[in-house]
Amino acid sequence: MFSDTDLQKLLFGRLTLADIPYHEPILQVTFAGVAVGGLAVLAAITYFRFWGPLWRDWLTSVDHKKIGIMYVVLALVMLLRGFADAMLMRAQQSVAFGANEGFLPPHHYDQIFTAHGVIMIFFVAMPFVTGLMNYVVPLQIGARDVAFPFLNNFSFWMTVSGAVTIMISLFVGEFSRATWLGYPPLSGADMSPGVGVDYWIWGLQIAGIGTTLSGINLIATIVKMRAPGMSMMKMPIFTWSSLCTNVLIVAAFPILGAVLVLLTLDRYVGTHFFTNDLGGNPMMYFNLIWIWGHPEVYILILPAFGVFSEIISTFSGKRLFGYTSMVYALVVITILSYLVWLHHFFTMGSGANVNSFFGITTMIISIPTGAKLFNWLFTMYRGRIRFEVPMLWAVSFMVTFTIGGMTGVLLAVPPADFVLHNSLFLIAHFHNVIIGGVLFGMFAGVNYWWPKAFGFKLDQFWGKVSFWFWTIGFYVAFMPLYVLGLMGVTRRSQHFDDTSLQPWFLVAALGVGLIALGIGAMIVQFAVSIKNREALRDVTGDPWGGRTLEWSTSSPPPDYNFAYTPVVHQLDAWWQMKARNFRRPVTGFQSIHMPKNTATGVILGVISIAFSFAMIWYIWWLAALTFAATLVVSIAHTFNYNRDYYIPAETVVRTEGQRTDALAVAGRT
Amino acid sequence: MIPSAMQTSRLPGHGARRLLRGLLLLPLLPLLAGCNLQVMFPSGDVAMQQRNLVVASTGLMLLIILPVIALTLLFAWRYRASNTAARHDPDWDHSTALEVVIWTAPLMIIIALGALTWISTHTLDPFRPLSRLEPGKPVPAETKPLEVQVVALDWKWLFFYPEYGVAVVNEAAAPVNRPITFRITASSVMNAFYIPALAGMIYAMPGMETKLHSVINKEGEYNGLSSHYSGTGFSRMTFKFHGLENDGFDEWIAKVKSEGKDLSRDAYLELERPSEQVPVTYYSSVADGLFGSILGMCAIPGKMCMHEMMAIDAKGGAGKDSRENVERLQYDNRHAERGDEAPGANGPASHHAPRSDKPSESKDHGPHGKGENSPAPNQLNN
Repeated sequence: MFSDTDLQKLLFGRLTLADIPYHEPILQVTFAGVAVGGLAVLAAITYFRFWGPLWRDWLTSVDHKKIGIMYVVLALVMLLRGFADAMLMRAQQSVAFGANEGFLPPHHYDQIFTAHGVIMIFFVAMPFVTGLMNYVVPLQIGARDVAFPFLNNFSFWMTVSGAVTIMISLFVGEFSRATWLGYPPLSGADMSPGVGVDYWIWGLQIAGIGTTLSGINLIATIVKMRAPGMSMMKMPIFTWSSLCTNVLIVAAFPILGAVLVLLTLDRYVGTHFFTNDLGGNPMMYFNLIWIWGHPEVYILILPAFGVFSEIISTFSGKRLFGYTSMVYALVVITILSYLVWLHHFFTMGSGANVNSFFGITTMIISIPTGAKLFNWLFTMYRGRIRFEVPMLWAVSFMVTFTIGGMTGVLLAVPPADFVLHNSLFLIAHFHNVIIGGVLFGMFAGVNYWWPKAFGFKLDQFWGKVSFWFWTIGFYVAFMPLYVLGLMGVTRRSQHFDDTSLQPWFLVAALGVGLIALGIGAMIVQFAVSIKNREALRDVTGDPWGGRTLEWSTSSPPPDYNFAYTPVVHQLDAWWQMKARNFRRPVTGFQSIHMPKNTATGVILGVISIAFSFAMIWYIWWLAALTFAATLVVSIAHTFNYNRDYYIPAETVVRTEGQRTDALAVAGRT
Repeated sequence: MIPSAMQTSRLPGHGARRLLRGLLLLPLLPLLAGCNLQVMFPSGDVAMQQRNLVVASTGLMLLIILPVIALTLLFAWRYRASNTAARHDPDWDHSTALEVVIWTAPLMIIIALGALTWISTHTLDPFRPLSRLEPGKPVPAETKPLEVQVVALDWKWLFFYPEYGVAVVNEAAAPVNRPITFRITASSVMNAFYIPALAGMIYAMPGMETKLHSVINKEGEYNGLSSHYSGTGFSRMTFKFHGLENDGFDEWIAKVKSEGKDLSRDAYLELERPSEQVPVTYYSSVADGLFGSILGMCAIPGKMCMHEMMAIDAKGGAGKDSRENVERLQYDNRHAERGDEAPGANGPASHHAPRSDKPSESKDHGPHGKGENSPAPNQLNN
């Protein structure tokens, strides 16, 4: 009944051996690297007998602290992949002039810049931000976990599934060539046949589910689980920025989901929402994707603002200047971020009234943002600034982000945007704010909260090396792009006719080399710190002279975070407690009710990867099977009543007793 | 220093801005010797006004940006922990006066910039016919703008000159100081039409028309490009734009007429197939209504034009009869039907070995002919 081909099609959809790029040198090297590295990791886990703890304590964990750390690990791993793409692009653009074709044909180059954008936004910046919020927010509000611990674990594994789906495209088939936002009609079924856009769709769709759920979770946590006495206007500023971010996530990500579903329908079942056919309208897609996309920018930057607010106040040894106006600025930015999306396509030909409306709303956002910068300035004013690594990042951020903000407002003037849009000036601008804002913020946050998470500080020397290479590398890599933009050079070009542009690209490539050293120094910093962890140990739980509640507990915090729920009277609760000679309670501990770990998140994650793989390759039987499996596993999980346990009072007494002893040794109480 | 700095007479306060502009560009000057900052030193009046706007807005913003950066570095230095001479005031966290300044200063800048934006967005709206050729030189009443119809093809530019009945691929020209009206569309995916020295960019979109009004003030050869990514051949989708004196332009038209071929509908359909690095090609005659039918996406015989579809829709749709129109309303599938590689194709549909420029040996992924070579579900191709 079936010929061979039909049977193969039935079993494997459109997947054939020819889709595995085993004959591509770049891919061979990459694959060899990944395989060797992966095997080394697996061997190490086996050698150290870490499989059991890895499964029990990490992968299946519902503890917000472990999930937060795993998010950040995911972000750092994906940063290496995204950065490898960046190096390939810089290398190609520094040689491909005139007769020289470079080493990447358009077919490959287009996939690389698409992958770079997708990975850096969705799988580096997003998990970084979510990871930090996950780790820090419950501790800052004096809670024992997030509102929905299992949901948190599930959200994480959805994000991982999305990342894995994108990574599979490296070795099976190809990735999208339709840019990180997949504009139709280019991303439609007729213009982009093949699996690339489908990898993109399913990777984002699945990760987006995780992000949305994690947003709901954190909103519920912040709204409902604050320690007694912590009114909204006594919340730490990072928690405020997290609240605003998660409101944005919950309001924006469903739009991304919906627009991806519409594109999926166009590609899979022959609807015509965004094609040229049958009255479809690609312009609608531009609007929809940016109604998600612009809030997304603020989803990334607001937590970074929060991190810097905490850091600048802590290391200046001073209250945050203008807390109230900082909070109002955050809220105003949150609201305004929904009124500006059209500035991403002034050049689509809207009328002057529409363009100037969106241009002006965009500029208005710079008012609260400028107010925040001034507030940081006056937090430093009359402070005693200790230039530990997090504070270095903060100062570098304030200078760099200001420049990026200025070029951003410039691009918000529609007629100026007409000459700069889609040029390398635009590329320089958004790297200026995303690297100089988001990434610097996340690195500052990692250096700041690392001692809380692991009980020892990060090595200062290598931290500073990494900081200087990143900062200088950033300027060397992106300032030439501003100039190239003013020379009318457009983005996403695989080749240039004009050889006189080459020196600028060479300088930019040098900058990327410096950033590579910065990333290397950061890895060395982690390794050296782990090796010297005893020398860097902090037993107090408060290595920086912190101000907020996370510094009141031990480092790393016990599973239950706080033996007693703290009572908050003022902003900077921990600072006030210290000022009033707070004495840590050492008796009267009771057993603590905690959520139990579960494997359901991991299982659903793996099934989701299989489902998206099946959808991408048209393996319909597997898609149906995995879809059904998702439902079955989810429903089965609702019948799992064995989902909580009590940490016995003796364990709490023992844990707290050890901390009392350690603090006595350190001379603190 | 900057020869045409006086071109923004309709915008207020140009004296102060000129000063700012000078200050801004000063550090850049040494760099300029070796490179061609087209956006900063354009040759068309529209681009020049846009350049002036870039400089003016930057200057306005520097009023606040420079103090912020300077204060950041100053405070960081002055209040370093080792400087115990500096005053330490750990509980000082509010000052109403300062907060008012903090919010008002950016507000003032944005009010100024907002006014500038509102005015300039309207005066420099690409859909708005020009009112001047150069500063202080209004468009003479009797002037008829040169109309150029632009089509972004995969991956070359096709320019129609309806006034002269000619068409050109990958080369455009216009007489200096005569207003130009570009009417812009695309054949398959989006692009953006951009001549940096002439005027800002605007998208070229299939089935839609955008407009750009501009004028070139200096003779010369300028770069034109697509500035919106459109697939494989995007990087080489460039052309030269010539600003010519009247005589020169007439000669150019004459050259196109004498060297050109006929752009029949069939020739267009062949030209429209995806191709890269297409040499400059002249067409001395053009099929009747070709640009209109490209714009309506009905250059292929039998396809329904946009205006026809819109007329049907305006009457409330064709009801049951619309079924017959489905085939006529499908435009995007022509790549697959003609066996051309789609602009964003990748494995397994492209017949490329993954990530390679070389076509793969196995062309026969799909065994059953038409439609089967495409990975898209069959219903899209039938």
